[in-house]
Amino acid sequence: MIQGGFGLYVHWPFCLSKCPYCDFNSHVADELDQARWRRNLLAELDHYGSKTKGRMLDSVFFGGGTPSLMPPGTVAALLNALGDYWQVSDAVEITLEANPTSVEAQKFADFRAAGVNRVSVGVQSLSDDALRFLGRGHSAREARQAISVAEKSFDRFSFDLIYALPEQSMGDWVGQLDDALAMAGDHLSLYQLTIEKGTPFYSEHRDGRFALPRDDVAADMYEKTAEMTSKSGLPAYEVSNHAQKGSECRHNLIYWQGGDYVGIGPGAHGRLTLDGETVRTEQIPGPANWLSAVSKNGHATRFSAVVLKPEQCEELIMTGLRLTGGIEAARFEAQTGVPLADGVNRNQVTALQQANLITWDETRLAATPAGILRLNALISAILS
Amino acid sequence: MTDLSHIRNFAIIAHIDHGKSTLADRLIQECGGVEQRELKEQMLDTMDIERERGITIKAQTVRLNYTASDGETYQLNLMDTPGHVDFTYEVSRSLAACEGSLLIVDSSQGVEAQTLANAYLAIDSDHEIISVLNKIDLPAAEPDRVRQEIEDVVGLDAADAIAVSAKTGEGVTEVLDALVERLPAPQGDRVAPLKAMLVDSWYDSYLGVIVLVRVRDGVLKKGMKIRMMGTGATHQVDVVGVFTPKRQDVPELGPGEVGFITASIKTVADAQVGDTLTDERNLAEEALPGFKPSIPVVFCGLFPIDAADYEDLRESLAKLRLNDGSFHYEPETSAALGFGFRCGFLGLLHLEIVQERLSREFDLDLITTAPSVIYRIHQTDSKTVELHNPADMPDVVKIDSIEEPWILATILVPDEHLGAILKLCEDRRGIQQELTYAGGRAMLVYKLPLNEVVFDFYDRLKSVSRGYASFDYQVLGYEEGELVKLSILVNAEPVDALSMIVHRSQAEHRGRAICTRLKDLIPRQLFKIPLQAAIGGKIIARETISAMRKDVTAKCYGGDISRKRKLLEKQKEGKKRMRQFGAVEIPQTAFIEALRIGDD
Ligand SMILES: Nc1nc2c(ncn2[C@@H]2O[C@H](COP(=O)(O)OP(=O)(O)OP(=O)(O)O)[C@@H](O)[C@H]2O)c(=O)[nH]1
Ligand SMILES: C[S@@+](CC[C@H](N)C(=O)[O-])C[C@H]1O[C@@H](n2cnc3c(N)ncnc32)[C@H](O)[C@@H]1O
Ligand code: SF4
Ligand SMILES: [Mg+2]
Repeated sequence: MIQGGFGLYVHWPFCLSKCPYCDFNSHVADELDQARWRRNLLAELDHYGSKTKGRMLDSVFFGGGTPSLMPPGTVAALLNALGDYWQVSDAVEITLEANPTSVEAQKFADFRAAGVNRVSVGVQSLSDDALRFLGRGHSAREARQAISVAEKSFDRFSFDLIYALPEQSMGDWVGQLDDALAMAGDHLSLYQLTIEKGTPFYSEHRDGRFALPRDDVAADMYEKTAEMTSKSGLPAYEVSNHAQKGSECRHNLIYWQGGDYVGIGPGAHGRLTLDGETVRTEQIPGPANWLSAVSKNGHATRFSAVVLKPEQCEELIMTGLRLTGGIEAARFEAQTGVPLADGVNRNQVTALQQANLITWDETRLAATPAGILRLNALISAILS
Repeated sequence: MTDLSHIRNFAIIAHIDHGKSTLADRLIQECGGVEQRELKEQMLDTMDIERERGITIKAQTVRLNYTASDGETYQLNLMDTPGHVDFTYEVSRSLAACEGSLLIVDSSQGVEAQTLANAYLAIDSDHEIISVLNKIDLPAAEPDRVRQEIEDVVGLDAADAIAVSAKTGEGVTEVLDALVERLPAPQGDRVAPLKAMLVDSWYDSYLGVIVLVRVRDGVLKKGMKIRMMGTGATHQVDVVGVFTPKRQDVPELGPGEVGFITASIKTVADAQVGDTLTDERNLAEEALPGFKPSIPVVFCGLFPIDAADYEDLRESLAKLRLNDGSFHYEPETSAALGFGFRCGFLGLLHLEIVQERLSREFDLDLITTAPSVIYRIHQTDSKTVELHNPADMPDVVKIDSIEEPWILATILVPDEHLGAILKLCEDRRGIQQELTYAGGRAMLVYKLPLNEVVFDFYDRLKSVSRGYASFDYQVLGYEEGELVKLSILVNAEPVDALSMIVHRSQAEHRGRAICTRLKDLIPRQLFKIPLQAAIGGKIIARETISAMRKDVTAKCYGGDISRKRKLLEKQKEGKKRMRQFGAVEIPQTAFIEALRIGDD
């Protein structure tokens, strides 16, 4: 029995326009041969499905890009094929990322009909000025409408906000978060703006055209966010993710708790246990290349390699510590065969414990809220 | 072979940037030493670093043939010299190979500190000196004022000074004619046993060690077996030649002539400057007076930023040393910086140049520790040790007294900046010896501790005088001082690379400055880090770096674990450049930066 669950990730690499902060594998395309895209996604599903036949599927995630631009028929075709390979859990979570334009909101009912039972809406901000800065193609009003359509169409929904924007004040953020909490369903993703290499924001930031809030300010905002979301019954369960108890995104837990997932579509990543070994997979990212490779070979895997034990341990610690619940020692050992205490630098663990940045009681290793706020340095210390 | 009466040997000397190398260009051009199309500016500055900085580091020699107004053709041996004080040594030995000097003074600037210093060197060498007022093409040129200044400040008769523009070529023929008419011809005996002075040596990747010589007596020929009278080594001469400035082989060099030989010599250390060459089969009785060897006065540690470059650094230093006998090095280990070398230099510019050549010619990324001088420590066990590295300072209880080197500095500065310079010298424990005025300028002579000078004195001098002060010095000797070792502690552990020896009166100020700087440079860590400056066990300054507030990646890239891995790999890579201080790791770059910026 594999301890972390099993999921399917489908990458849809297209968007209506490219946002200046975004470095996801997303492209703007005029016309798509939708029949071919559907065929090829089904082909990759078949490729990996056949290798993992019979497993119990816990979640499906349509990510992007903007998967709400997918023809609902393609979504339906993929979901209908799941049973050809896997047992589908009764509690299966099927999420689709959606952008909050009116056109896309109109499709929510069709996605629902296709089998999607959860949407994650890319609201990003409830201020028109901020949306403009973020280069988004929708207004705050449209975002609110999309949220209310989502609420009506799905049992579960979440939305994303980006904060700690240039010059954003604490007051502004608190106001927005209040609004957001009032509209929220069972889940919220709240990301501080990250400047990614290769994006237009990267060069603008480097050239001093805008500045991010200082670390102290960003840290205050983060702490305030934790406090407000907890009060509203949506405590953080991961660095940037908040949910009611039991409504955590199942799919993300698979990533962070070392579960298996099939990744199909351009640039999708996967992690599979095959013949007792953990294998990492990666598909060709360029849409055109992906298409032709799949047409030719039935899949566009550009990389597939066994993950060695020490690496696997490091990854589990890296991702597991993002969760407020941390890493369960028993699960860690079941997954890796290595006791958790042997996978960490114990001197550092002791020092970090004394500094109140982690808790460690032999059954569980977890970062405290203060530790999560400094997680990169903390992980680097624990793994040194 | 040219008859002695038709040879003139001269050096071009001046303050830095007064136009020596440019005038040399014009002289070479006028004598047809290079074709029109080969002309380039300061063509004798051949090293990349010389061309880029527009300064001369190595003295250069050129043989020219000039047909004077009397219709006779003369052999002129020109030596272009560096102007900067660190390379005074290069100037002295060039002077020893000549009978006269062209003293160039920029007529838009006037007499500066190295004008004085170099003029005195030429006078000491019994040179006939021809004063040249350069840059008369400039609107700011005041040749008459400067002529007067040469008389008042240097004390030379400047009635016959020649006004020239090395840029336009105006006055250049007058200079050539004056060389022929006013400089004495060299003397020597062609039939006496060979006596040639070893003026310089350097390493050429094609020819090996090249030895520059000035023949006094006898004849130096290809195939001859020579002996170095100082070292006793013997060699067979492979090539005899001159630079015109192109390398040109000649059959022999006779008395009064300057040229080079190659003789399968392995390293420049085997060809000691100042040594006398003689004929193994017909030995000279007595060697020519040599030079005092150049001694390094400034020391610092050089460490590779990437520890993997250590071997490369060692090889590069050895290669550099082939070409630069005044540079010294020995292995050194530092807890903060790893394995490296303790190096000795003639001065700060020399240090900077060596460092730059290492990074440029050998592609090495280096860290330099704060420059320091040699202290003499008298121990209670009555032993005396020379301290090149503050980190090696013996325990205080073992020290009876410490001596430090002092210099005599000459500073020329326009009146309006005198106050600022006086204050600078006083702040640096200077003792005034002399203050005189000439024209609109003051000439200040100060005794100063060298350790105060290697510590950014020159930069301060330039900045408080807006670039108008010039400076020259000579080492005086050692004097006892109230010196202490200032240690810097990070997280309660001393950082050897930052320790320094300072005068007690400066310790607190310096300590505070370093702690403040480190506070800005050391990135915040998971834990707070105390920074302290201490003398022995006594803390004299402290700062605290508070713990970091935030360091977390907001977005987890879905299933793309490879991105997280990359971050971890990057952090691991970074750790290689970290130094451990108790539970905290500090990036080596913080120390590098702390060392890079001078004090304020
Ligand atoms: N206008 C003008 N500029 C000159 C003249 N002579 C030299 N220069 C400029 O002055 C600067 C310094 O000239 P160099 O010939 O390099 O001076 P230097 O004395 O050899 O300098 P160091 O070797 O560094 O001591 C250069 O930018 C030259 O172009 C001149 O007669 N007129
Ligand atoms: C895969 S993206 C795509 C979702 C969808 N296409 C959209 O833009 O609404 C998922 C989320 O990551 C967040 N995100 C993307 N780039 C970010 C950045 N540079 N900094 C912070 N959050 C970012 C946004 O909140 C976004 O909704
Ligand atoms: S943020 Fe979303 S909509 Fe914008 S480019 Fe990225 S994936 Fe596309
Ligand atoms: Mg020069």
